[in-house]
Amino acid sequence: MEQPNLDYIEQLARGDESIKKTLIDVIKTEFPDEIKDYYISLELKDFKKIESNVHRIKHKFSILGLVKSYNKANEFEHSLREHQLNLKEHQDFDKILTAISEYLKTI
Amino acid sequence: MDCIVIDDEKMARVIIKTLCDQIKSLNLLKEFSGAIQAIKYLDINKVDLIFLDIHMPNFSGLDFIKTLKNPPKIIFTTSDPKFAIEAFEYDFIVDYLLKPIELKRFKKAIKKVERELLVQSQLNKDEEPEIKNDFYVNIDRRLIKIDLTSIYLIEAKGDYINIKTEDKNYVVHSTLKKIEEKLPDLLFLKVHRSYIINVKKIIDIEDNSVLIKKDVVPISRSKRAELMKRLDLL
Repeated sequence: MEQPNLDYIEQLARGDESIKKTLIDVIKTEFPDEIKDYYISLELKDFKKIESNVHRIKHKFSILGLVKSYNKANEFEHSLREHQLNLKEHQDFDKILTAISEYLKTI
Repeated sequence: MDCIVIDDEKMARVIIKTLCDQIKSLNLLKEFSGAIQAIKYLDINKVDLIFLDIHMPNFSGLDFIKTLKNPPKIIFTTSDPKFAIEAFEYDFIVDYLLKPIELKRFKKAIKKVERELLVQSQLNKDEEPEIKNDFYVNIDRRLIKIDLTSIYLIEAKGDYINIKTEDKNYVVHSTLKKIEEKLPDLLFLKVHRSYIINVKKIIDIEDNSVLIKKDVVPISRSKRAELMKRLDLL
């Protein structure tokens, strides 16, 4: 499984540590809330909301350099748009969320 | 270039701010997490450019652009390439940036906006009517420049016209009709078949005459209503 990285954030910050810190702080604050919202929507089986949650979360995948995971999230989002909760896609998505959550604790 | 960003995701707004900070010509005025707040802001504030997310809950970026009466330039910022064709149906949408946005691509989009704004300002300039401040009259084979704003009265005298200015009078071989064509409508009015007056120089109006400097000028009945319309009456 691919690992999250800070390449994009470092590229944006261009060596400015305060910018890098701001970007990391925002992702560390926003990501847990987005996951929470995602699981609430899942419990409610509100497909439109789950799709919207996945759409927001997948941006974080791309920010953290997770290209393959981003593509998988796209497929998951597409299935949700069709009101289908594909178990494999759902499990894969959840694994990525866990991996990112663990990674954010280390930075 | 004054701009705003509309995106429900804070990380996306911070990234746009970071990118804007790296381009001197950009002045990011405000960030909005929803389109509705931005509409209220744009009701009373003018911006040159909006960075707009398409996929937002309740009110999407595409819904938002339909509410704009005088849309500024817009750059879509989105994770979804599927709206690109629809987005470019609007001529004020300059570019479509896919997230995560890279600085190089961002700079390219800004250059595109700057180019379009430049073309737009040149077009606007071409459309602006040229305001003339003076013209030349031929007196005894000499071309004399007359400042339009200094003229207070022009009267017809047979084959000649008498142009009266603050400092001097000029008798010119011409007709009122010819000179009327050279005068700005905003400033001058033909109040009688023999008189054109500068409406800004009127001292008072009494019945069918007008006092300009020391000259009392008759007003045709047909011109009186038009003259009254021009005056800033209390």
